[in-house]
Amino acid sequence: MSSHLQQLTPGDPVLSPHAARSTGSGTGVWKHRLKLVFPVLVLGFFTLAAIAPSWLAPFDPLAINPADSFSPPGPGHLLGTDESGRDIYSRIIYGARPSLLIGAAATAIGVGLALILGTLAGFGGRWLDAGVGRILEVLFALPGLLLALVFIALAGPGVGTTIIAVGLTTAPGYARLIRGQLLTLRHSPMVEAATVLGRSRAKILTTHLLPNALTPIAVLGTLGLGQAVVWAASLSFLGLGAPPPAPEWGAMLSAGRTYLSLAWWMTFFPGLAIVLVAAAATVLSRVLNQGEKS
Amino acid sequence: MISPQVPLLEVKNLNVSFGHHHVVQNVSFTLTPGSCLALVGESGSGKSVTARSLIGLAGKHSKVSAQTLAFKGTDLLSLNQRTWRNLRGKDLGFILQDALTSLDPLRKIGREIDDALRIHTQLSPTTRAERVIELLMSVGLDDPEVRAGQLSGELSGGMRQRALIASAIALEPGLIIADEPTTALDATIAAQVLDLLGALRQQGSGMLLISHDLAAVSRVADDIAVMHNGRILESGSAEQVLGNPQHPYTQRLLAAVPAGKPRHTRLSVQPLIKVPGLEPTPQVAVAPDEPRYPVLTAHNLSKSFKMPNGASFTAVHKASFELLPGKTLSVIGESGSGKTTTARMVLGLLKPDTGAVTLFGSPWSKLSEAQRRPRRPQLGAIYQDPLSSFDPRFNVGQLLADALSFGATRSSRKHLTRIKELLNLVGLESGFITRNPATLSGGQRQRLAIARALAPNPRVLICDEPVSALDVSIQAQVLDLLDDLQRQLGLSYVFITHDLSVARHMSDDVVVMRRGALVESGPTEEVFTAPAHPYTRALLAAAPEVLRS
Repeated sequence: MSSHLQQLTPGDPVLSPHAARSTGSGTGVWKHRLKLVFPVLVLGFFTLAAIAPSWLAPFDPLAINPADSFSPPGPGHLLGTDESGRDIYSRIIYGARPSLLIGAAATAIGVGLALILGTLAGFGGRWLDAGVGRILEVLFALPGLLLALVFIALAGPGVGTTIIAVGLTTAPGYARLIRGQLLTLRHSPMVEAATVLGRSRAKILTTHLLPNALTPIAVLGTLGLGQAVVWAASLSFLGLGAPPPAPEWGAMLSAGRTYLSLAWWMTFFPGLAIVLVAAAATVLSRVLNQGEKS
Repeated sequence: MISPQVPLLEVKNLNVSFGHHHVVQNVSFTLTPGSCLALVGESGSGKSVTARSLIGLAGKHSKVSAQTLAFKGTDLLSLNQRTWRNLRGKDLGFILQDALTSLDPLRKIGREIDDALRIHTQLSPTTRAERVIELLMSVGLDDPEVRAGQLSGELSGGMRQRALIASAIALEPGLIIADEPTTALDATIAAQVLDLLGALRQQGSGMLLISHDLAAVSRVADDIAVMHNGRILESGSAEQVLGNPQHPYTQRLLAAVPAGKPRHTRLSVQPLIKVPGLEPTPQVAVAPDEPRYPVLTAHNLSKSFKMPNGASFTAVHKASFELLPGKTLSVIGESGSGKTTTARMVLGLLKPDTGAVTLFGSPWSKLSEAQRRPRRPQLGAIYQDPLSSFDPRFNVGQLLADALSFGATRSSRKHLTRIKELLNLVGLESGFITRNPATLSGGQRQRLAIARALAPNPRVLICDEPVSALDVSIQAQVLDLLDDLQRQLGLSYVFITHDLSVARHMSDDVVVMRRGALVESGPTEEVFTAPAHPYTRALLAAAPEVLRS
C-alpha cells in the first residue's frame, strides 16, 4: 500500500515519509521490536554464560562423579550427566565461552581480512582488482570446510588454529561483498560531490566509502557469527578444536555420539545450544537487515 | 459527429481518501467528446489519484465516492472487476508517464499493442498484425515493421511513449487519459507527442490530460482545471485560465513559469527569510569599467568513450566557451547532447581528450588531481538529484560541517555560526541542522545542496539541471535563490539545462549543444530572438509559446 501511495503522490505533505513514520507505522515499530525478543534472549543468555559461567552453572564442568554417570535429565541434573557423571547443563554453560569466542573471533578475522582484500580490489585499481579477484575465485572454488581442514592439517589442531581457519574460510564472501559495494559507491554522485569539494581519494575512502560499504557487512557478519559457531563446533566434533574433556559444544557432541542409543541427552542438548545460537544470529541479522532497509 | 452536449465523462463531487488522508475532495468536471481537459497541479495535488479513480485503479486501500461518476452514462462506481476490464483499454485508454515501466521489457512492442486487439476484438491474426503496423504508423514511428519486432528497451524514450500511445488508442477508445505523458521526454519530442495527442482528439476522442506543466498543456488543452491539495481551485477555458487567472494560486503558478520572464525578474512570491547581519560580506565585485577576464574558459574540449562493442562514441566534440565574472552561461541541450560530459570535464572529474579548461586564467583541466585539489574550493557544483550527492549517514549539520572544515570534522558544533549563516543564506531555518536530508522536500534538499556548495566560498558554480526535478513553484524559488546569491556574492554560474525557458530566464549567454557539438552560442537574447542554427530554431518552436505577457 505504501509503495502505491508514494507512487501516486510523491512529496505530498500528508503522505510524506516523515508524516507516515509518526502516524501510520507505530504498530510496525512494535512488530519489528517483537522480532528481537528471541535472538536477544538467546544471545544474551549465552553471552552471560560466556562471561560469568559460574553464575549460571550449578556444578563444576570437569568434576567427575562416576556414581552419577548417565543420569537422564531430571531434578538433580537438569539436562542429565555424561559417562563420567559430569553435569551436561554446566558443561553447556561453560562451553559457551570457547564456542562463542571461536565464532566471534573467526568472524572478526574474516571481516578484517575481507576489508583489506575488498578495499584493495574495489579501490586499488584495475590490476589489484584482477589479482585479488583471482585469489578470491580460487578460495571460492574450494568448499569452505575443506579449506579449514587443510589449514588445520598444516598448522596443527587447537582453538587458535580453529579460529584462524574459520576466519580464513569466511573471508572471501565478505571480501566480494565489500568489493561490490565499493565499486557501486565509487561512481555515486556522493563521491563525485566529495571530489568537487576537494577531498582526496583516501579521505573519500575512509569517510564515505568504507562506512557506507560496512553497513551490509554488519548484517552479514551477524549472520556469519552463527555460521562460524557451527563450523567451530564441526571442527571440534572432528577432534580438531578444543581437546576433550574441555567443555566445548562440538567436542561434547562428538563424545556423546558413542552413547547415542544409551544417553541421547549427551548429544541432544549441546546440539540444541548450537542450533539456538545459529538461529538467533540468523534472526537477528534478518531483523537488522529489515531495519536498515526501512 | 456526436453532439457535444452529451458529456463523455461526468464527474461530480469526487472524493478519494486513503485512511484519514483525503487526497481528492469534491472534484467535479465534465468532458465532452472531441475536447481536451487538462488537470494541472503540482505533486501531491491529487491529480493522478483523480485520474486513476476514473479507471478504477485508485488503489487497494482507497475509498472512492462521488455523487456522479459516469462515462457515457454508465455509472463507473457500480462496476465490478470484470466489467471494468471490458471498459479499460476498449473505451478508456490510459497513457502513463514512464513508458519504460509500463511496457513489458521482455515482450515485443508489436505484441504489446496486439494484446488489446486480441482480448477485445474478434479480428484474425493477420488483420491484427496489419492494424498494429497501421497504429505504429499513425503515432509517427518510422519503420513500423521493424519497431513492432523490437523490445521496449531498444527504443528511445520518445519512441516508447509513442508505442504506448499506439497501444492505448488501438481500440479507438472514446476517452483517453494521459498522466504526465511528456514529462520524461525532451522538449522537441514532447512537443511532437503533444501534437499527436492533439490530433487524436480531433478524431473525436475525449482527452483528459494530467500534467504539472501549465505551459506544456496549453499546446493541446481546450479547458484547464487547476488542482491543489485535492481540490479544483479554478477551471475554465485555456485562454481564460492562462490569460486571466482568477485564483491567487493559479496566478502564483503562472508567475512561477520562467517562460517569457526577463532576467532577474522574481518568479516566486515569498521573499527569502533574511536576518540582517548574517549575510556574508559580498566578495570583491568587479567594477563595471574594469576589463573583464573570463573566470572560466573551455577551449576545444573533446571527449569520446569506448562502447561495450569496442566502437568509440564521441560525447563532446570541440566545445569552446567562456564564462564572464558574475554572469551565467547556460549550456542547453537535450538528453545525450553531451552537456553533462562537458560539465564533468569543467569540474575536473573527466580528463578531456583534447582541449583544455582554464580557471581564473590558469590551467585547470591539465593539472593532476593533487595539484587541482587546493584550488577546488574556487569551483562548486550542484546536481539534479541533491539527495544522492549527500552521504546518507550525515545529517544537515554534519554535511555542512564536513564541507566547511574541508573534511576535517563532522561535528556541527565547531562551525555552528557559519552553518546557521549558510542555512539562512539559502532560506532554511537553523532547526534543520539535526534533520536527515532524506526527510526534506525536494526544494529544501536543493537549498541544502546549494548551501553545501557555497561552504568553501566558491567563485564559480556548475549547476547541472538543478531544477529539473522540482515543481514549478519550487523551481521558481530555487531559481530566485540562485539569482539572489549571484548578485549578493558575485558568483558566476555555468547552468546546464534542457529547459529553454529556464535557460532564457537565468542566463546572460547561452551555448546550444547537439550530439556533442556546439551548434550555436552567443548572448541569450540574441540566440533566442534570432536563432541562426536550424536546430536552435527547432528547439524554440517546440517550446510553449503562450504565457508571454
